Amino acid sequence: MIEKTGIPTQEDLERISPCKDRFRKGGCAVLECFQEIPCDPCVDACPRGAIRIEGNINNIPVLDFDKCNGCGLCVSRCPGIAIFVVNWNYSEKEGLVMIPYEFLPLPKKGDIVDGLDRTGRKVCDARVVRVLNREAQDRTAIISLAVPKEYVMRVRNIRMRKSR
Amino acid sequence: MRRAETEIAVIGGGPAGLSAAAVASSLGARVTLIDENLSLGGQLIKQTHMFFGSKIHYCGVRGIDIARILEDLVQKQEVETMLDATVVGLYENMILGILKSDRFWELQAKRIIVAAGAREKMLAFPNNDLPGVYGAGAVQTLMNVYGVRPGRKVLMVGSGNIGLIVSYQLLQAGVEVAAVVEAVPTIGGYLVHASKIRRYGVEILVSHSIVEAIGEDSVEGAIIAKLDDNWNFIPGTERTLDVDTICLAVGLAPLSEVLHQSGCELVYMPELGGWVAVHDENMGTTKKGIYVAGDSSGIEEACTAMLEGRIAGADAAGSLRPEAKSEADRVKREAKLELDSFRAGPFGEQARSGKKKLFTSWVQ
Repeated sequence: MIEKTGIPTQEDLERISPCKDRFRKGGCAVLECFQEIPCDPCVDACPRGAIRIEGNINNIPVLDFDKCNGCGLCVSRCPGIAIFVVNWNYSEKEGLVMIPYEFLPLPKKGDIVDGLDRTGRKVCDARVVRVLNREAQDRTAIISLAVPKEYVMRVRNIRMRKSR
Repeated sequence: MRRAETEIAVIGGGPAGLSAAAVASSLGARVTLIDENLSLGGQLIKQTHMFFGSKIHYCGVRGIDIARILEDLVQKQEVETMLDATVVGLYENMILGILKSDRFWELQAKRIIVAAGAREKMLAFPNNDLPGVYGAGAVQTLMNVYGVRPGRKVLMVGSGNIGLIVSYQLLQAGVEVAAVVEAVPTIGGYLVHASKIRRYGVEILVSHSIVEAIGEDSVEGAIIAKLDDNWNFIPGTERTLDVDTICLAVGLAPLSEVLHQSGCELVYMPELGGWVAVHDENMGTTKKGIYVAGDSSGIEEACTAMLEGRIAGADAAGSLRPEAKSEADRVKREAKLELDSFRAGPFGEQARSGKKKLFTSWVQ
């Protein structure tokens, strides 16, 4: 289905999601990369060696959830803008989502923005808790968003509000 | 008229030509690089997105920055460059006719590498000649090179990587994208690019195409409709979109006119985009001393263009300089392995089978 819509299905997402126990333990990357393409920067991006591409460069990367600590270094390195970090344990009520973001203006810490799903629909309010845009990220900013826990696997984009 | 001489003439300063020139020059050859634009880089100078591939292909680096890296390399190697210069003919005895600033040059070369790139394909539909109908590559140039927004709201026709990437860059420039239509039942480009624009609410409509453009003096709208299995529009599925720009991303065709004129053998290969010069694994055509690399040798993308350029540059220089031959062979070996690995996935299949056919027909 994703090859007709650009939207991953529930099964697609289940294949790349951590198991429930790992998910509840804390931050980890989610590699939303579902197709064999010639690409491997994510492998080098991870200082813990958690991402592997076996054999040919076209193979789909595999994340070792036990090695991943959710640091987010891979997020701005993926040319496909397809890596996110989710943390169920951010606070009692909120989870954290880190998204790659290549639009200007960048949001500011503390902004309330629309949390959008994989189709661009608003699903919840999102609070910007950190904006990282270091030189090493080469203009792909990483926006950390606090969202209601149940939305950490749904929010994948933001829309800024006009009146700031 | 002016006359000049060189050892290796490289036509086109894009990823393939720059790579060919840098390698050939590093192997000791005297190289002249000719490009019709005012700056080097070819299409790289508008590729603001990060490239795919592995480290050796500059993966994760933005195309605009790869252009700078390759240009520096060429300048360090003291390659002679002729900018604002168009090759208008390839004559007998390896002489190039070049038009530079209204002056005609004859350049005598020992080897010629054609890395002229490609042109955008057109699509037939009523009113396709209205102002506001653009090639997607042209829109990308307008936006990313000249800082000009092409319109307010765009219909993108074609979901290959160019269609998807330019849609994303339109969004970055603050231009609305009404939809992406794709005649084939599945998305043509990388799904990660598709998902990127989907997250901004842009619908990708497969099995859909443009019926006609609406407007008197310029584009005021577009009618799209669904296609059946035989590529016919299904009556009753028409939708009118409020757009002022229609972007065509329906494929590229290799620029091979100069090769045609040189007398080397060409074949029509749909999987490589059209007429391409028959060539061997070292990128040599059927005409001795004339090479081809990059999109001119069959439509692929920048990473494979750079690798093909390296092969052509190494082979040309190695054939002129016996003392550089072993190093040239090493460069070729490495680049060929990289090419094989790059093309090993499903997206490399067309190039893989197309190039194989070319190599075998060259042997015959």
